[in-house]
Order: sequence, then C-alpha cells, then structure tokens
Amino acid sequence: MRKGQSTTIIAMLFLLPNFLGFGVFMLGPVLFSLGASFTNWNLMRTVPLRWVGLENFAKLFSSQEFWLYFINTVYLMLGMPVSIAGSLLLAVALSRKIRGVVAYRTLFYLPSFTAGVALLILWKALYNPSFGPINVVLDHALDLIRPHADLQPPQWLASTRNLLGLAVEYVGIEWSQFGLGARDAIIIMGIWTTIGGANMLLYLAGISNIPQELYEAAEMDGAGTWAKFRHVTWPQLAPTTFFIVIMSFIGGLQGGFEQARVMTLGGPARTTTTLSYYIYIKAFEEFQMGYASAVAWVLFAIVFAITLVNWRFGSRYVNY
Amino acid sequence: MSTTERKKSGRRRVGAGRIFTHVVLAAFALTTLAPFLWMLLTSLKPLGEVQAINPIPTEWRFDNYAEVLNHKDISFKRYYFNSVFVAAWVTFLSCLTSAFAAYAFSRMRWPGRDHVFKLYLGTMMVPGVVTMIPNYALMVKLHLLDSYMGLIVPASFTAFGTFLLRQFMMTIPPSLDEAATIDGASHWRIFWDIILPLSRPGLIVLSIFTFMGNYGSFFWPLVLIKSEHLRTLPVGMLYFDTIYGRQTNLIMAASVMNILPLIILFLVMQKYLVQGIQLGAVKG
Repeated sequence: MRKGQSTTIIAMLFLLPNFLGFGVFMLGPVLFSLGASFTNWNLMRTVPLRWVGLENFAKLFSSQEFWLYFINTVYLMLGMPVSIAGSLLLAVALSRKIRGVVAYRTLFYLPSFTAGVALLILWKALYNPSFGPINVVLDHALDLIRPHADLQPPQWLASTRNLLGLAVEYVGIEWSQFGLGARDAIIIMGIWTTIGGANMLLYLAGISNIPQELYEAAEMDGAGTWAKFRHVTWPQLAPTTFFIVIMSFIGGLQGGFEQARVMTLGGPARTTTTLSYYIYIKAFEEFQMGYASAVAWVLFAIVFAITLVNWRFGSRYVNY
Repeated sequence: MSTTERKKSGRRRVGAGRIFTHVVLAAFALTTLAPFLWMLLTSLKPLGEVQAINPIPTEWRFDNYAEVLNHKDISFKRYYFNSVFVAAWVTFLSCLTSAFAAYAFSRMRWPGRDHVFKLYLGTMMVPGVVTMIPNYALMVKLHLLDSYMGLIVPASFTAFGTFLLRQFMMTIPPSLDEAATIDGASHWRIFWDIILPLSRPGLIVLSIFTFMGNYGSFFWPLVLIKSEHLRTLPVGMLYFDTIYGRQTNLIMAASVMNILPLIILFLVMQKYLVQGIQLGAVKG
C-alpha cells in the first residue's frame, strides 16, 4: 500500500512539468473561453464588461453570416473523400513490388511536408486568372474546342462560382453561380497537398500489416485484383480508414484560416470565409473576444458532435 | 481453359497491371512536382518575364536570391533566425516535458492512469482558436505580447508529444525496467538510464514533427508579433507578399528558401518520419 502511494506521488512529479504548462495554456483557457462566451468582453474596452447570458449565441445563430461561413467550411471539406480515396489508391500502387517505390513515396510526401504560407503564396500565383500557369495551360486546351464552344477558363480565386451553385451573400441556390471558383481552387490545392501525405503513409502501413495468407486464400478462391481489394484490402484497412476519416473531419471543420488569410482575405464576397477565419476576424481584428469565444465554442461543439457520430457509426464497421 | 493457358493470361495481366501502376504513379509524380518546378523556375526569372507564358527563364537570375536576402525592407535572414530559434526552443521544451509525462503514462502504475490519459487525449479535439483567445489575453496581461517568450512558452506543452512518446515507450519490453526495479533502481534512474535512451527514435520523430510544425506556425505569431524584427518566416513571407506581391520572381525565391530547410530535414530524416507517423496512429 505504501509503495503504491509513493509510486503515485512520483508519477505526479513526472507529470508535473507538462501538466503545469498544459493547465495554464490549455485547460485554463478552455474553461475561461467558455465563461467569456457569455460576456460582451471586448479587448479594446469600448464597452464595460458585462454578463450577457446567451446573447452571443442568439445573435450568432440568427445571423446570416454564421450560416454562410458554416456552409463555406463544409463546402471546403468536399475534397476530403477524393483526397482519402487518392491516398488509398497511391498506397495500393506503392505497395506493389515495383521499382522506385521509395522515390515515389518521398515525392508524394513533399507537398504535405512543406505545406504552409510559402506554398499558399505559390498557389495564389499558379491560380492567377490571366498569367498563372494553370489558366495558360487551360486556355491552350480550350483553344482546341473553341470552334464549337466558346469556353473561358475559370477566374479561380477571384470568382464566387462553385460546383453546387451556392448563392452569394445569402443562403440558397442560384444557378448562375454554377462553375469553378475560389472555393474549388482551395479544394483542388488541398487535395494536391494532402493526397500523398500522412494518410497515404498510414494506408501503406495498414497494407503492410495485412497477413499475406488472406491474399493467398482469396487467390485459391479465384479472386482477381478487384475482388482481392474489395474483400481483403478494404475490410482489413477499415480501422485505418476510420482513423483517417475522424482526423479529417476534425481538421476540416477547423480549416480554411491560412488559405483565407494568405490567399483571399476571405473573399471574393466572403465566399472563402470559414468559421476559423471568422473567429480570427472577430477576435484579432475587431477584438470582440466574447463573441469570438462564442463562435469558437460552437465550432468546438460541432467538432465534438461529429466525432461522436463518426465513432458510433464507424466503430460498428470496424473489426479490431 | 487449360492450366498453361490460365498461367499465361495471368502473367500477362500482371504485366499490364504493372505498367498501369507505373503510369498512375508517374502521372501523380508529375502533378506533384510541376508546382515546385514552376516555383523554382520563376524564382530565377528576371522581373520582366514573370508573366511570360514560357516557364523557362531566358536569362537565369541567381541574383534574385541575394536580392531577397539583402532586401532593404524585408530582413529575411532575421526571419530565418527567428523561426529556427523559436522552433528549436519549443522542440527542446516540449520533448522534455512530454518524455516525463509519457513515462508516467506508460511505465508507471497509478490509480486512474488510463482514465486521465483518455481525458488528456480528448483535449486534442479542442480547436486551437478556442484556447488562442484567452491565451492572447494572458500574453497581454503578462506583457509577453510581441516577445520570443510569448512565442515559445505557450507552444511548449502538448498532449500530442506525450501521446506519441507514450505509444513509443509502450513498445519497450517491460522486463527491462522490472529487472532494474529488482536491482533497486529508482524511477528516475530507470527513466534516465533505460527508457529515455531506448526512446531515441521516438524522440527524434517528435523533434522533427515539433520543429517543422513550429517552423511553419502561422496563426499564433501572426496575432502575437507586431515588431518587424520578431517576425517569423511565415509572417514575414505574408508581409513580403502583401507589399511586393507583384515581384513574383522575388516572392518565389523567398518561398524556395522558406521550404528548403524542410526538404533537407525530410530527406535526412525520412526513415524515422515514416515510422513515426505510422506509430502515432495505427498502434493507438
């Protein structure tokens, strides 16, 4: 008994350095911001500090802005399935015993390893509607069909268009908005960045852990390449896919800040403003800390709820 | 179909599959590489050619790099130093505190350990913006706004580091410290002489992740730093782009210099990193 107690005390001492900092910069702030979300806290002190109850939340949910930015956030996550499927495809291709696997893997991992402001600035230049290389190439390609149809390349970051025909400045559908615009540009860039990143490596590890006997048994039953993938690889990778989907949701819901700040300033017409960029504007440009805390907590609640749903829904299909 | 025929067609299918695999991989490789190539080529162009359709410079201007480094308004060398300095400190501090905590979570038995660990891990779900607002106010109160301390200290205590090292320490056979305990070694000795040296690969992985994460960190330095001489690379790049955005060749030269240390780090440390990513998730 005495030994157990002293072990506990020593364990606490080992935890202390991390927990001290963690408490001050993580746990404390989380609770503090919950409290702050019920106040009119303004860092510029333009108004006296006051408890406002649910006013911030009421204002938030009744404002058009919040819903527009929520839709933007979700829209930017539409690239997720493409990116995850691409990671799986690359991992399957790389797991075949072919030459140059390490070189390919290194290359595919490059964008996610170097991701950040420098690459966002690069993509802003690539997407330049008039002299960016993407439109230069597209323009040449479109020249081939111009005799039959007069098509212009997209205006990318300068355009409010999108593939769902979402309206500008109000929640709704407007078919004239159908096309490729800033949000799609961010999605395509995101796929390019993440497709060969951590997800691909996770799938590669998952594939290498699949017992070879399963494939041999499937071959005995006459399974072809597709059948082997469908009935061995895919179910065996379910835990990996589950983990990747959860992490992508968590990341995606919080995403869009860097892209907005560096590439678009949330525009055009606020179509690339996501919830995290909105919080940044409210907190660090307008210094409405109380209101920004409320938005941050709503974001947290959404992340939490989605993770819970994923967990419930996903763990049913995963055999550990 | 006779056995020989089936074998033959099977072999041919494999051959075609191999070629198809190579085509897919090569296409992806080209798509991955093209933007980097354009960045490099543009960084070597004279200003007059940055809007030219031809991606190859007619005159190779290596001077662009010197021009960025010695720019009158942009102290790029300073940003380099700041980024490396801050990232190195955060890496050192968070590896140290994470290793201590990971030891308590993996090699020691105490009541409620696994529940505490789960709760602790759960905080990784909290969006960064939630804590950033109170932390900013805290920095204002402590007069750490616009300082190295403000950049380093709040970033140095992470649940992720503890998690990663715990996963690693769990793979070390328990017989090692059991033997040491019988020999009368204290927890401190076991940690310092046995577990920490054996965790070297895990520490290397965590160091690389932490270093690159903080080298590229954007949100926190953006809100915290007001002085030009304290800007880190990402924030410096943003201002450079805002003011001199039309000089695409210089911006691209700066971008190349920004990501070059990461590429070198990656090539040197590749073996550890691939292991680390897989350890962090699959065995969780």
